[in-house]
Amino acid sequence: MISNSITFLGRGGLSSVQVLGRSGVFLALSLYYAVRPPIRMTRIAEELEFIGTKSCLIIFVTALFTGMVLALQGYYTLSKFGSEALLGTAVALSIIRELGPVLCALMVAGRAGSAITAEIGIMKITDQLPALEMMGIDPIEYVISPKIIVSIIALPLLTAFFDIVAIFGGYIVGVLLLGINEGSYFGDMVKTLTLHDIYSGFIKALSFGLLIAWICTFIGYTAKPTTEGVSSATTNAVVLSSVSILMVDYVLTSILF
Amino acid sequence: MITITNLNHSYGKIATAKNVSCNFETNKITVILGGSGSGKSTLLKQIVGLQKADSGSIEFNGQDVTRLSKRALYEMRKEMGMLFQGSALFNSFNIFDNIAFPLRQHRSLSEKVIKTLIKIKLEMVGLRGTELLMPSQLSGGMTKRVGLARAIIMDPKIVFYDEPTSGLDPISAGVINKLILDLNRKLGVTSVVVSHDIESALLIADKVIILFYGEIIATGTPEEIRESTDPKVIQFITGSPDGPIPFSVSDKKFIADLMEG
Ligand SMILES: Nc1ncnc2c1ncn2[C@@H]1O[C@H](COP(=O)(O)OP(=O)(O)OP(=O)(O)O)[C@@H](O)[C@H]1O
Ligand SMILES: [Mg+2]
Repeated sequence: MISNSITFLGRGGLSSVQVLGRSGVFLALSLYYAVRPPIRMTRIAEELEFIGTKSCLIIFVTALFTGMVLALQGYYTLSKFGSEALLGTAVALSIIRELGPVLCALMVAGRAGSAITAEIGIMKITDQLPALEMMGIDPIEYVISPKIIVSIIALPLLTAFFDIVAIFGGYIVGVLLLGINEGSYFGDMVKTLTLHDIYSGFIKALSFGLLIAWICTFIGYTAKPTTEGVSSATTNAVVLSSVSILMVDYVLTSILF
Repeated sequence: MITITNLNHSYGKIATAKNVSCNFETNKITVILGGSGSGKSTLLKQIVGLQKADSGSIEFNGQDVTRLSKRALYEMRKEMGMLFQGSALFNSFNIFDNIAFPLRQHRSLSEKVIKTLIKIKLEMVGLRGTELLMPSQLSGGMTKRVGLARAIIMDPKIVFYDEPTSGLDPISAGVINKLILDLNRKLGVTSVVVSHDIESALLIADKVIILFYGEIIATGTPEEIRESTDPKVIQFITGSPDGPIPFSVSDKKFIADLMEG
């Protein structure tokens, strides 16, 4: 009984080490193909359109309302100390350091990440990946690598967009609705924000981009070649990438600040 | 051209190749016949190195496919064309781009030349004029024919056809059979055809291999197969439900299974 459960644990540990190892090799290979010529510009453009451009609307809406609600809550808290004037700084700091990268990554994981896993899984079960291999093209090079590289590029850009829209959302509520002085909303913000705040938000966005793409492509690529396999892979990919975003966020925050 | 020796392969408990030994000759059409799930597609994938064998060797032009590096495999496949069972068209590309894909990846041809080449191949499969449709807009049989056009666009020396005529109406099936024959007789394309369409198989084959749950139960020319006295072969080619080959995949007697509840 005990020896049984030990073997079970041992086997579980071994296989998770194996999965980690294989996914590491998978990532290294994708990144190697991304920098080695020929660089597939058409593929990169396609993925930029899908992962980047098509995420803009949902990022816009999420960011706008996040900024607005943040201003509302912040105003309530700050007014208790009579320091409503700090609202701009409060909104900007929490957006740029924390909410921008995290919420943006969660939205991208839900929208593009799930689609990435499903697409790769479907290509696998319909023999499109083997067909590429038959034509002498490595699927990791052609399909996976552009997705990973684009996700790493797109996340910081989308996050910057998120930050700007959210700060604007805060402006709508804080200045236009609650009547805070416009000069103090923006002026104090610019004064207190440091380059380090922006830089750490940027590092977070980069890491989340890598994380989403890595998890979603690997789970799709190793999905069981059945329809159920692909649908459960899609769910797993979104859940796992969302949870890892939050965990990595904690680790990065504790290192960076 | 291809010699398989003592090949074994299984998916977990399901054996798809049990000590398979056979060979495929240059410039000949070899047809692999076998029931559903007997391991035909898996065998093809092992020959081209898409699936790893558990043991045994597969020799292609003097190289052991099971031992080749990834790069050497890609090199080897330049001489090969493959029609997948589900056609495996890229569903994000239209028909033209699907067929043009291998050309664009490996040859630097002008778009004008590519256009001409594609017209020729599409005419061969009877689908000229469908260039701008998406794979999702085609019927199953049309998809198969586009897959075939893509498989032969690079003029490979050897073509693997996984069920080229299944799901086709008799006329299209006849056209495809004739196409396989023509490619072989006129251009000397070595052909390996997987099928469970006995009529077509016996018509085009130089050699027939009958696979039954991972085992080869008969090999020979179409005449030899037709005149075989082996009860398994007779049952297979007459399609009789009674005989040594059970229809059901279960070993259990049906009645016993029912009684168990
Ligand atoms: N990727 C896979 N994972 C696990 N089992 C598989 C896989 N692919 C095929 N099998 C199993 O291997 C066996 C042989 O499959 P294969 O596709 O080679 O058969 P086939 O002879 O081509 O059948 P059909 O005529 O229906 O296409 C089947 O029992 C199938 O369930
Ligand atoms: Mg098959």
